[in-house]
Amino acid sequence: MSIGNIFGIAGTALNAQLVRMNATASNLANAGTAAGTEAEAFKAKRTVFKALVDDNLTNAGAPYVGGVKIDRMQDDASPIKPIFDPSHPLANAEGYIFPSNVNEVTEMVEMMASSRSYQNNVEVVNTAKQLMMRTLELTRS
Amino acid sequence: MDLLSNPLGIHERALQARAQRMELIAQNIANADTPQYKARDLDFKQVMNQELGQPIRATNAKHYAIAETTDSNAVKFRVPFNTSFDANTVEMSIEQGNYGKAAANYQATLSFLESRVSGIRKALKGE
Repeated sequence: MSIGNIFGIAGTALNAQLVRMNATASNLANAGTAAGTEAEAFKAKRTVFKALVDDNLTNAGAPYVGGVKIDRMQDDASPIKPIFDPSHPLANAEGYIFPSNVNEVTEMVEMMASSRSYQNNVEVVNTAKQLMMRTLELTRS
Repeated sequence: MDLLSNPLGIHERALQARAQRMELIAQNIANADTPQYKARDLDFKQVMNQELGQPIRATNAKHYAIAETTDSNAVKFRVPFNTSFDANTVEMSIEQGNYGKAAANYQATLSFLESRVSGIRKALKGE
C-alpha cells in the first residue's frame, strides 16, 4: 500500500526536523553561557541526517523505508573566542572566560530551514490523506 | 467486453504506479536535508510498457512523442540542475512541483476508475 507508506516516510521527516528544531532551541538558550576552560565551553549542536534507504537500517518492508533519521549530533566546529574579563567569577588565572560558539544568525537560519522542511512534509501528508480518502470513496455513489 | 474478467482495465495497475511515484517523491522531500542523498523518481512509461507487454508508441503523426528509455529498472536517479555542498540532489521546488503533478495524475487515474465502477454498476443494475 504505497499511499499509506507516505505517512510513515513524512512522519520520520517530521520527527527528524523536530529534533533539529529542538537542537536549535537548545543552542539559542545556551548562547550566553560562559565557562572557565575552552573544553567546558558550550559548543553549538548540529544534527546529521541519514536516509533510511538501506534495509539494514530498518526492518525491510516497514512503512517508513525511504524516510530519514538522525544519524548523530555533532558539535559545531567554529572556534571559541576567549574574552578578557578578570572580574567574571569563572575567569581563569589569566583572566579569560570562554563563551559559547553559538552564532545567533546561523541558528535563526537553521530554525527557518527546519520549519520550512517541517511544513513541506505536513503538506505531503495532507495531500496523501486527501487522495487516500478519495480512493476509499471509489465504490460509493 | 472484459467486464467480469478485468473490470478495471489498466487503471488498476496505473493507480499503483502513480502511488509508488508519489511515495518516491515523498522520500525525496523527507530527505531534503540528508547529506549525500540522491533523489529518485519513477519512470511511469517504463512501468506501463512492462505492464502492457509492448512498448507505448506514437502511431500517429499527431501523437505526442514519448522519451525513449532502454534499461529495465523503472526507478531512476534524478539529474539535478544545480549542485549542492553536501552532495544532496533534492531540489525542493522541483520535488514540490512533481509531487503536485503526481497527485493530480493520481486523481486523474482515480476519475477513470470511478467512471469504470459506475459503468459496471449501471450494467449490473440494467439501468
